[in-house]
Amino acid sequence: MTTIEKRVHEIKEDLDFFEDELQKYEYIIDLGKKLEELDSQYKVAENIVHGCTSQVWLICERKEDKLFFKGTSDAVIVKGLVYIILKIFSDSTIEELKEADMDIVYELGLSEVITPNRQSGVIGMMKKIKEYALKA
Amino acid sequence: MFKNDFPYFSNSDIVYLDNAATTQKPKEVITSQVEYYEKYCANTHRSSFGDANKATLNYENARKTLQKFINAPTKEQIIFTKGVTESINFIASSYAKKFDKVIISSLEHHSNIVPWHMQGRTLGEGLEVVSCNDNLDFDFVEYEDILKQNPNSFVSITHISNAFGKIHDIKAIIKLAHKYKSVVMIDGAQSLAHMNIDVQDLDVDFFAISAHKTFGPTGVGAIYVKESLLKELEPYQTGGATIHEVDFLSSTMLDSPYKFEAGTQNIAGVIGFAKALEYLEKVGYEAIMKQEHELYEYLTDQLSKLPNIIFYNDTEDSIGSKSFNFKNIIHDDIGILLDKMKIALRVGHHCAQPIMKQLNIKGTIRVSIAFYNTKEDIDKLITALKKALDMLR
Repeated sequence: MTTIEKRVHEIKEDLDFFEDELQKYEYIIDLGKKLEELDSQYKVAENIVHGCTSQVWLICERKEDKLFFKGTSDAVIVKGLVYIILKIFSDSTIEELKEADMDIVYELGLSEVITPNRQSGVIGMMKKIKEYALKA
Repeated sequence: MFKNDFPYFSNSDIVYLDNAATTQKPKEVITSQVEYYEKYCANTHRSSFGDANKATLNYENARKTLQKFINAPTKEQIIFTKGVTESINFIASSYAKKFDKVIISSLEHHSNIVPWHMQGRTLGEGLEVVSCNDNLDFDFVEYEDILKQNPNSFVSITHISNAFGKIHDIKAIIKLAHKYKSVVMIDGAQSLAHMNIDVQDLDVDFFAISAHKTFGPTGVGAIYVKESLLKELEPYQTGGATIHEVDFLSSTMLDSPYKFEAGTQNIAGVIGFAKALEYLEKVGYEAIMKQEHELYEYLTDQLSKLPNIIFYNDTEDSIGSKSFNFKNIIHDDIGILLDKMKIALRVGHHCAQPIMKQLNIKGTIRVSIAFYNTKEDIDKLITALKKALDMLR
């Protein structure tokens, strides 16, 4: 199991703990509150993820062979989802990110919010993460 | 209880409040489509065996049903399309392209903006935009000014705003356009589900219709064309079923509507649309409007009690949709939580970004009702909204 797969598995275990969907979203909202604040200098047009109804900003830093991502959103729930996505993909090697099947996030069972919908910011985020890896 | 007529509601426990996006379909609409595919599936206007004749007959009867429904003088003035977007694109490219100026309003959705951009028209360069104020009222003074300066223009205006439910006074819009020798197309995507349309009374030149927003199948629509303009209309796509005679030197076209309906149409869809119209006739607009008016008032009343709610237009002159936001809350968050509570509505810009930009918002929460909705639906919505607001604050 790759590191990314392991992380998805761990998050899935946490989410599966909630039988009640609303409680699950309360938990996601709380995760959003844990998200490290993104410095306002990064909240610029070039860091906005394309295809979002709410705004998502994403930045990438390279340290040796690894990529680190930071991001945030102006929407509360999306912020929680950003937290989850960053937890999964940040601090991964470029090689692993290049190889990663981004569809793995569907295993989280958040299909209502992480959907192949054109408007989905989370899907846009993952596309951008992949792009960073492929260009790195 | 109109919901009993719609199988969706017995199969789903969702509170469906996204009727401006698409409506649910009554039983007879669904049955008619299954019947076509199961019992007489054949192409129209080409073959002459029994099933093909039946398919053709039902398809052409659907045209007559729509003709009578909107009081069009002849059935030749009804051209089936795949929806309002295709209707607008069709008229834009086959007729309106010859006009120096196209006039739209600032409340239009993208289907009535992008086709004009594709023609190379942009604000002030072939495209004029009549402002709507922050209460979304159409500015008739500005409109007349634009018409005065640009007589002989093409006017393309929405009847009811999909994003806000605001009704434009299209009769006055059409009358004023005609005074300045302009031609008018009305985007009726949101109208037919809520109110009676009489194209002769309106004296409209083109009227775009959506089936799926009017309790019919998706992928079907129509454009009504005033008889005097039919001759000037060119097909924007051609091919099978549109021609009289073809050799390698030339083709001669059939008369309207056939020359405008190239290829095999959505036969089941068109037949289903007629069934939707027959159903609407059975219920009657009087009953529909009464039920919707009561619901809309109730919805507005109940929403008004929620803290920090922001509305964008008056309830008067509005129908179907109610659009709002809550101070310091992003509409997306509400949409996600309401979905978890089994409330289906739409959040976002509703394909009307220019008016959102004017109002300096990214989007709204939109509740759009149909006559089959109930006060109980609204109560469930309000309970869910309260819960969502609690969670987000």
